[in-house]
Amino acid sequence: MALEGAHASAQAMRQINPDVVAAYPITPQTAVVQTFSQYVADGEVDTEFIAVESEHAAMSACIGAAAAGGRVMTATSANGLALMWEELYIAASLRLPIVMTVVNRALSAPLNIHCDHSDSMGARDAGWIQLYSETGQEAYDNTIQAMRIAEHPDLLLPVMVMQDGFITGHAVELVEVADDTAVREFIGTYTPKYSLLDIDHPITFGAWDLWDYYFEHKRQQTDALSKAMKVIVDVGQEFGKTFGRTYGIFDPYAMDDAELAIIVLSSTAGTARTVVRELRKKGLKIGLLKLRVFRPFPAQELVAALKDVKAVAVLDRSISFGAMEGAGPVFLEVCAALFAAGAAQKVVNYIYGLGGRDVLPEYIERVASDLREIAETGKVKTLVNYLGLRE
Amino acid sequence: MVIKLKEQAAKPERLAPGHRFCAGCAEPIIIRQILNAIDEPVVVGAATGCTEIATSMYPYTAWNVPWIHNAFENVSTTIAGAEAMYRVLVRRGKIPERNIRFIAIGGDGATYDIGLQWLSGALERGHRFIYICLNNEAYMNTGIQRSSATPMGAHTTTSPAGTVIPGKMQWRKPLTEIITAHRIPYVAQAAPSHWRDLMEKARKAAAADGPSFINVFSDCNRGWRHGTETAIEVTRLAVETCYWPLFEVENGVWKLNYKPREKKPVEEWLKTQGRFQHLFQPQFKHVIAEIQARVDEEWEGLLKKCEA
Repeated sequence: MALEGAHASAQAMRQINPDVVAAYPITPQTAVVQTFSQYVADGEVDTEFIAVESEHAAMSACIGAAAAGGRVMTATSANGLALMWEELYIAASLRLPIVMTVVNRALSAPLNIHCDHSDSMGARDAGWIQLYSETGQEAYDNTIQAMRIAEHPDLLLPVMVMQDGFITGHAVELVEVADDTAVREFIGTYTPKYSLLDIDHPITFGAWDLWDYYFEHKRQQTDALSKAMKVIVDVGQEFGKTFGRTYGIFDPYAMDDAELAIIVLSSTAGTARTVVRELRKKGLKIGLLKLRVFRPFPAQELVAALKDVKAVAVLDRSISFGAMEGAGPVFLEVCAALFAAGAAQKVVNYIYGLGGRDVLPEYIERVASDLREIAETGKVKTLVNYLGLRE
Repeated sequence: MVIKLKEQAAKPERLAPGHRFCAGCAEPIIIRQILNAIDEPVVVGAATGCTEIATSMYPYTAWNVPWIHNAFENVSTTIAGAEAMYRVLVRRGKIPERNIRFIAIGGDGATYDIGLQWLSGALERGHRFIYICLNNEAYMNTGIQRSSATPMGAHTTTSPAGTVIPGKMQWRKPLTEIITAHRIPYVAQAAPSHWRDLMEKARKAAAADGPSFINVFSDCNRGWRHGTETAIEVTRLAVETCYWPLFEVENGVWKLNYKPREKKPVEEWLKTQGRFQHLFQPQFKHVIAEIQARVDEEWEGLLKKCEA
């Protein structure tokens, strides 16, 4: 059906029919929460919907509800996600399998309601699994898979599903919406290991730790995240068998004999793929890696996928302020992965699309031409570059 | 239903011995009185603060009931989330109806200050939960800093009494009235010195079909600077001086629960505590008169509200 990306996420939520949704509207996520509210009003779901007074309260209520042992979902963007920051850590640390749609948007100041990834990248160390979506279809598919991933007994971790604000969130595209029953069968039922509502077996959630246990608890938490990649891949394959669209850690395009590679997240992958296709016709050995999973970061898998490549360009839709040369977070992770593996590829970073700035095919063409030069000369002239910036 | 001490004493403890509250603290007394009064099964949430720190140090817990701590400001929303989950799971037939009562506990910092927005939101949405404010009139857990519940003239570490400034300059926030303005089914002010009154209020709060709120005066000998054995006496004096009146607002109807036979001067309560000691110096004596004037004014206002 023809759906906006935000409505695709709301459709997935309708089919999941979670026990509790607590949410607060924020542009460009509003379409998700208001569509879902209408489903509640029309009886299409029998979810308990809590229209809270802020995003911090949204995540607070989600934590209380998830600790009480049911399926919990929410959605946010930008400053709303930033307002949740404290609670993001608590949700992950309490091992609560909450699923959240994030419609990516720039963070203030200056106030800007359009897309970049500064919001979810700011939350990258909170302990959540992060899945990025190129299209409305992927946002829909990822949301359904997220429920399974979050609730996997080895993980019990919250999952964020990203899509690009307005670009995907408000663009109408054809989305294949699966049969309700098939979705419900795929996600199955959830039986919590512990619940606040199990009054016959009372347990304490959120105790406080001194130096004698905190460290071990954090180790357990990071161990759980390290198990996530296998679960994500397994669920992605099972999803493929059921619904015909298989998902992995990243989506390689024209990578088999590639000497040059571009790494990018979300909707810009579409533009990049078109450019790569055209350049391939001209004989340039270039490929594209669309990264789907950013947390946990697939370091080893990326190193393997890039092993025959001479030069790599990483496109970042956010800046890690104060990082090396003001680079973006994806670039830093890719550099770290390649360096730790002793790899010899040249790597270059491009910051693009901040605050909703358009990404034109010619920008990607420039990246490709830089990559060719880097591969030929073995030299990276400028480590961090900007696409579409007036200077 | 009449509360009989003998019957209450025979009930199992929901807050177990072995907690780490300071000697002479009023908080465990209040929590035990309240949990004892409520017959239904409970799920308890606590804000960050003394109660949380004293009862949940991993790997131990003092709670014989399901309990959750999330953060400082959001206990009301956390427990509201649990309450919402309970309602939907019962509605969907996933768990049996067990008549569970949801209780949120916060200190005055978590209630009057940082958590007021979350509390107000949860009250407006009408979640069925009981909010208990353990009001010890400062941020005691972080070492006695002023809150908006701290009385005028009190010495705290962020409203210290000096040679020029006589402790906290502002009057306390009228929180119970602010909560009453939300028009929830049940609001009360209580004190552990008047235990039967407090326990009856806990029962009414548990029976309320919607949110309920009890602001409980909670003596802190560390912060108030007095001996560890006088919490209840000092509390009783606060009630006898009308500094802390006991009243309730049930479905909008105000009721005074206790009228002292003889209204004692507030000075008698002030002099029991080291935090007001400086007020008895000649240059600060006028503050005592100001406090008395505000107490009188509030008391008269309360009497009028309760007459109607």
